[in-house]
Amino acid sequence: MIRVLITAVEILFCFLLQSSVFPKIALANVVPDLLMILVVTVAFTRGVFPGMFTGLAAGLLVDCCLGDVIGLYGILYMFIGFVNGYTNRFYDSDDYIMPVALIGISELVFSFFYYIFEFLLRGRLNIGYYAYRLMLPKVVYTVVMGVFFYKLFHSIHKGLLAPRKKED
Amino acid sequence: MRKRTPKIDIRPKHVLSACTVLCLVLILVSFRYGDKVSPVKTAVGSVVTPMQKGINTVGTYIAEKLDAFQSMKELLEKNAELEQKVADLTYENSILMQDKYELDGLRELYKVDQKYADYPKVAARVISKDTNSFYSVFTIDKGANDGIAVDMNVLAGNGLAGIVTEVGKNYAKVRSIIDDSSYVSGMFMKTSDTCDVKGDLELLDEGYIRIENISINAKIEDNYEVVTSHISDKYLQGILIGYVSHIETDSSNLSKVAYLKPVVDFEHLEEVLIITELKETLQKLDE
Repeated sequence: MIRVLITAVEILFCFLLQSSVFPKIALANVVPDLLMILVVTVAFTRGVFPGMFTGLAAGLLVDCCLGDVIGLYGILYMFIGFVNGYTNRFYDSDDYIMPVALIGISELVFSFFYYIFEFLLRGRLNIGYYAYRLMLPKVVYTVVMGVFFYKLFHSIHKGLLAPRKKED
Repeated sequence: MRKRTPKIDIRPKHVLSACTVLCLVLILVSFRYGDKVSPVKTAVGSVVTPMQKGINTVGTYIAEKLDAFQSMKELLEKNAELEQKVADLTYENSILMQDKYELDGLRELYKVDQKYADYPKVAARVISKDTNSFYSVFTIDKGANDGIAVDMNVLAGNGLAGIVTEVGKNYAKVRSIIDDSSYVSGMFMKTSDTCDVKGDLELLDEGYIRIENISINAKIEDNYEVVTSHISDKYLQGILIGYVSHIETDSSNLSKVAYLKPVVDFEHLEEVLIITELKETLQKLDE
């Protein structure tokens, strides 16, 4: 129960940072996708179900606050949480390369689908430009931020796990 | 958590499909009946907006600290430039004042009412931007409580910044004119030729947006002012949008296209003015 609450607070925290603080210090006009970092972290450290629901909740929050159509972000984040959940079996608390790589790949896939839904369907075909101008900087910035934020979320997760281990 | 999961024995696949269906239904519902879901958005918005307002002060603080690193030299240069500009403008202003007196006299003669009444305005602060950065949509801290309604024009400084697209209780969303899906009907102030001003992501880096559908016969030159036109159905007439440049003939040889440099500095948008007056809609006689 307490984990669900903590995750909800983390989602809100990420969303607020991402929408109000990071735009002020945006590099190359892009904002790192903190929610993506959170979803991948939760999925990687805890498994399919937590990943999926975190993704769904984060996506729907973004939908309600920013999107025109409710559900699009929800579906994208949920699938990312779901797929990343299967990497949980390779989870090792000292491994930092794997989660950061996962964050990068997830962000790339997310941006690509976002391009399809929001641009390709409106007839904007110049994918090369969008990839170079928006996807690439966003992925790079998210990965860089991912290194720090993964550590933060991961230590919160470990902190929550510690009392239970003692009981065992 | 990992221990408990097998006991419940629900396959992730099935939950995923259920949630996917749920999302698809949500997409369809919100796409088809957009206005019906706005209460939900408003509810979420009124919870999140106060928090955004709070954390926004942190963001502003950081931004100010970063700005302070701007070098002294840059500021001195800027100062010299601005002083020159003040001198120019003072001179220009005195000429304009003379013109104005003349105009006042002529107006009185013709009994022409002032063309643009002073529109009533409300000031608001930008509190958040679309996180995805593909779009140039931002949120302001005034909403229906302050008399904001959808389709109201938003100004920043002396130029057009965008239009209100969605209104909550204490917040409103504004789509700026540089947004990729924005469309404004414009007009060249000097020649009265109309044109379409469209946001274009590809030109945004160079600080331009696109103008299309200019008449091939239009006698326009670089740096002509573009204002909102009289035929626009949402934008009030005569608001300055920007200055034209890079005029070219279209590939079809039927119209001209050009770039437009907006007067509003969208990078550093902090405070905006909303005109709380809507353009009157056309109504049929029998209504």
